[in-house]
Amino acid sequence: MSAIEGLETAHHHETEHEHHHEAQNFWQKYIFCEDHKVIAKQYLITGIMWAVIGISMSVIFRIQLGLPDSNLSWLKPILGGWISDSGKLDPNFYLALVTMHGTIMVFFVLTAGLSGTFSNFLIPLQIGARDMASGFMNMLSYWFFFLASVIMFASLFLQAGPAAGGWVIYPPLSALPQAHPGSGMGMTLWLASMALFIVSQLLGGINYITTVINLRTRGMSFDRLPLTIWSFLITAVLGLISFPVLLSSVLLLIFDRHFGTSFYLSDIYINGEALPNVGGSPILFQHLFWFLGHPEVYIVLLPGLGITSEVIATNSRKPIFGYRAMIASMLGIAFLAFIVWAHHMFVTGMNPFLGSVFMFLTLIIAVPSAVKGFNYITTLWKGNIVFTPGMLFSIGLVSLFVSGGLTGIILGNSALDIQLHDTYFVVAHFHLVMGAASAFGLFAGVYHWFPKMFGRMMNTTLGQIHFWLTFIGIYLVFIPMHYVGIAGFPRRYYQFTSYDFTHKFMDMNMFISIAAILSFLAQFIFLWNFFYSIFKGRRAPQNPWNSNTLEWTAPINPGHGNWVGEIPAVYRWSYDYSKPGAKEDFIPQNIPYSQTLESNFPHENELIATEKAIESQNYNDQFNAH
Amino acid sequence: MYIIIALVALVFLVLTGVVISRLQNVLKSVNKSDSPDAEPSGNKWNGAMFIVILIVGAVSITWSYLHAREFFLPEASSIHGRRTDDLFWFSMGILTIPFIIVNFLIFFFAWKYQHKKNHRASFYPDNHKLELIWTIVPAIVMALLVFTGWKAWSDITSDAPRDAEVIEITGKQFNWIVRYAGVSDNKLGDYNYKLIDSQNEVGIDLSDENSFDDFTNPSEMHIPVNRPVLLKIRARDVLHSVFIPHMRVKMDAVPGMPTKFWFVPDKTTADMRAETGNPNFDYEIACTEVCGQGHFSMKIRLIVEDEASYKKWCAEQATFLQTYPEYLAKVPENLKAKAMKYVPAEAATPADSSATSTGGAGSSTSLR
Repeated sequence: MSAIEGLETAHHHETEHEHHHEAQNFWQKYIFCEDHKVIAKQYLITGIMWAVIGISMSVIFRIQLGLPDSNLSWLKPILGGWISDSGKLDPNFYLALVTMHGTIMVFFVLTAGLSGTFSNFLIPLQIGARDMASGFMNMLSYWFFFLASVIMFASLFLQAGPAAGGWVIYPPLSALPQAHPGSGMGMTLWLASMALFIVSQLLGGINYITTVINLRTRGMSFDRLPLTIWSFLITAVLGLISFPVLLSSVLLLIFDRHFGTSFYLSDIYINGEALPNVGGSPILFQHLFWFLGHPEVYIVLLPGLGITSEVIATNSRKPIFGYRAMIASMLGIAFLAFIVWAHHMFVTGMNPFLGSVFMFLTLIIAVPSAVKGFNYITTLWKGNIVFTPGMLFSIGLVSLFVSGGLTGIILGNSALDIQLHDTYFVVAHFHLVMGAASAFGLFAGVYHWFPKMFGRMMNTTLGQIHFWLTFIGIYLVFIPMHYVGIAGFPRRYYQFTSYDFTHKFMDMNMFISIAAILSFLAQFIFLWNFFYSIFKGRRAPQNPWNSNTLEWTAPINPGHGNWVGEIPAVYRWSYDYSKPGAKEDFIPQNIPYSQTLESNFPHENELIATEKAIESQNYNDQFNAH
Repeated sequence: MYIIIALVALVFLVLTGVVISRLQNVLKSVNKSDSPDAEPSGNKWNGAMFIVILIVGAVSITWSYLHAREFFLPEASSIHGRRTDDLFWFSMGILTIPFIIVNFLIFFFAWKYQHKKNHRASFYPDNHKLELIWTIVPAIVMALLVFTGWKAWSDITSDAPRDAEVIEITGKQFNWIVRYAGVSDNKLGDYNYKLIDSQNEVGIDLSDENSFDDFTNPSEMHIPVNRPVLLKIRARDVLHSVFIPHMRVKMDAVPGMPTKFWFVPDKTTADMRAETGNPNFDYEIACTEVCGQGHFSMKIRLIVEDEASYKKWCAEQATFLQTYPEYLAKVPENLKAKAMKYVPAEAATPADSSATSTGGAGSSTSLR
């Protein structure tokens, strides 16, 4: 089998490749690198750093909410003046924490860190390309993201604090510096950072799409693409259509803030002064924002689902159930993602008729989502499951996706949303279905492709323990949070002592906070495992999970260009696991049907005739153009 | 609750202990490579964990639900509120079924089909009939939920009955101001945000005769029981959102775009005090759209009372012009005579002179 042949040649060529790369200096190799694999690692490491910052913030405000009497003086060395002399968190800074937590986690961790890492890493490796269509644009994409990160990070240290109007930055609060200290320089930097971030996403997204369409290797037709690639492709299309709308809303907000326009402002009297702005509409911003904001949920989630499809199939040793249905449901979700945005706005005073329309469209999304859930479960059914950490996180993702998705059916119902809108029920819902589920996709991806990224293995047992602590922790945090939401607790409240109706569930809030802190601590197991294994992990074998996809045919430490010699051709889909009659329980994509006569189905025997034609193509090799 | 926290902490501690002990074994065998036939590392205990968590999870979710139930959806006090509550529990009931089934299958299959030596998974790539079933069944259930939800939503958001009591509520950083149409004409007067000042907090336009008997209140809202109440909602500076938890009312307050919400309260504050056994019970109005530093305490009391006491209370309130007679200066000449009716007798006589002597309404902050 050529996979095994590859193993032998790999070692030989590895030395040759290292030699080849000595020509590049440190800056070219690790910093301003155009190699998609290095860019992926840059995204991943930056994403992990942001995740540590973003989750730490949530721990601080969870302490404030769950343990309101605690003395936070020990945070003074980090937060300085934001902690009062009596050890209390500043209410303005509480809002800033909530805002930055949302922004960081949604955009910098789960968009850049997840999609940026795995789209970059896996697209060329799994479709059989030397690199992205434009390595330079890809590099630019990362550095725009880096610049956005630097600006956002700098805003954390402003005297008046970072942006603080919620991650949705609804004007007029975000437009008027006199309305909140966070709406001054903090918001200016937020907007600048997001504008650069959007540029980064667009550069990346165009590249992903072009690469998938144009650079597939010989024989890699769309119906042989792994579901990971399908999910990255659809994600990139979603981003390409929706991010420009966010950019426009951000630009208009910048105009309102600095150039005296009135896109979002009207009839405002603040600080003893009536503003001259008339005719604008704050609701317009919400429409523009959620036109990105809702697809964004799927931009975050779809890569996680794609990774899960691949990992679950590999480790169940079974083909993914309903490959075509999986693609169709992703396409369906992606399409519907664009026409449900106003379900975030049922109680904004929007025309109730629109509310009915959006309720109907929103609830339709449950159908393709249900198909995905059931298909994952059927893939597990009668499998031969290996509990690698990646597999555990994928199974966890399915559970979180379903549990969190179901409450979405409640919130998508406009009549029920009246009471639950902007309560902790919403917070619990989207943290399960989008936050935790996508984070699990990220973890699954890291554990699964770590050997390909760094040529070493992460520790399995630590990974398994990390999974269980995180999985249990997530449910311990968010199931009780639904209860708090059903009781009507509004979100973004600094404390719950002002109202009688929130004068309960003190113990429940404390429980949530403690569970959150423990789940946060569990992440250090991952961090240790990750960084330790980069340097000291066991050396990875060629194909550690006995997987079918193309990346495992590349050398263990692939150099620039990924494959030594010719790019492998592809003859079959990537899910030939446990095929009846086959010698082993997996047949990689690059094995022609002519070599597996014992396991071919009749229609596959017919495909043998096409192999010659597939082999003779070579127009996609960027390094070897004919 | 402390016991549970202690238990959870204990579980974490035990697992951490496992981590450390495992870690030592692992570090020792870090360079040992797996033989291909070996049992995948840790497969047994991970498989078992799925069953353990399934059982523990089912028990603790059931227990915690029963424990927390007393605080769910505070007693609904409006007609549509009870309807959406029923709809909520109906939907939750339906959704609990897939929640249980799906999670059971995930956990059970993970355990049941864990890796076994010399065993091969079934090659089962698709089944159109199955997929058709689980496309159609959710679609039908969704149709049912959409229909019930849509019916409730369109009734709730339909136009308010003509006899509804119209009350205006305006949000500002960081309190609410309620304005009533007044006892004589029962019509809210015009407003204009440019007329806002420190006394005329909602920008009442005194060139509109309907505003003469309007009165405002920044600390409590009174509404009559068993009658439709139409809230006209405004914001003065940034977004706010009117949230009356017991009434199941929520609607954003948007600067420049008045919104509305109508409902029928059917339990007075006194009823609720008797029902909850809490003599200090009060309905509250909160803000649920982040509006700045004081967002978490933007509270106003809501008092639901019978028609007679509501009427009585309204009659006792001083109209805006009574409180601030100097605003007579803003009333156009042709309506002055009409406005005089709403101005207290002692203030009415020197009204013209006071307007000139204090230099108009805007500068009379000393009167507060």
